[in-house]
Amino acid sequence: MGEMSEFSRGLRLVLKAYRWRKIDPVPWTPLSKPLAQCRVALVSSAGFVLPEQQPFDETVRGGDPSFREIPSETPTSILVDTHRSESFDHRGLSRDANLAFPLDRLRELADSGRVGSVNHRHLSFMGSLTAPGRLVRRTAPEALSALVSDEVDVALLVPV
Amino acid sequence: MCNQAVSLVAAELERRGVATVTLQLLREVAERVRPPRALFVPFPHGYPLHAPDDPERQRAVIEAALALLEDESLTPPALVDYQPSS
Repeated sequence: MGEMSEFSRGLRLVLKAYRWRKIDPVPWTPLSKPLAQCRVALVSSAGFVLPEQQPFDETVRGGDPSFREIPSETPTSILVDTHRSESFDHRGLSRDANLAFPLDRLRELADSGRVGSVNHRHLSFMGSLTAPGRLVRRTAPEALSALVSDEVDVALLVPV
Repeated sequence: MCNQAVSLVAAELERRGVATVTLQLLREVAERVRPPRALFVPFPHGYPLHAPDDPERQRAVIEAALALLEDESLTPPALVDYQPSS
């Protein structure tokens, strides 16, 4: 169960006092067509990078708000977990990146016709951002422009 | 923090006309941050799609998430509990 009790006492106290961002108003885009006609992209905050990409930088105060584009043809077996948080168990991610970056599952959904197609690129963030201002103001809008220009209809977002 | 980060990204996507569904691992964070359309999954951090090397269980979570996109009765913020079959 995803619960605060998974974390150390120190982290629980930090999280209890933390001022979470409240999305207000909550934006809403209904599906404009059947899923079988939709182009789907993946956004994960598990900190995955390609072997040739820079790992996320754990020294950035407030968290590294940058992003990496992951091409759709990437074999999930080569994705590297560079999420440095010690507050969760990384063993599952090392065994199978689909656990938080389900590219293989997305391809299967397109092959079966459940979704129309898989976008040619996806987005990887490192979600341990205590100061998400730079993400909100700068890097997320920049990253998402790519998906908007690709005419993505639907995005699946996966935290870790 | 990961739950908040993906929720903020989802909101930006929705503002720009992309329909989203966001997995969430902490119900109390999801209730505070309010991602537009979210599936609360009862799995530990590090295991958002239930189990590694288990395509069937992973597919089940994704299918439940996709079903939220097709549910026209939902209104924002929509937070639905995932019920694993096993």
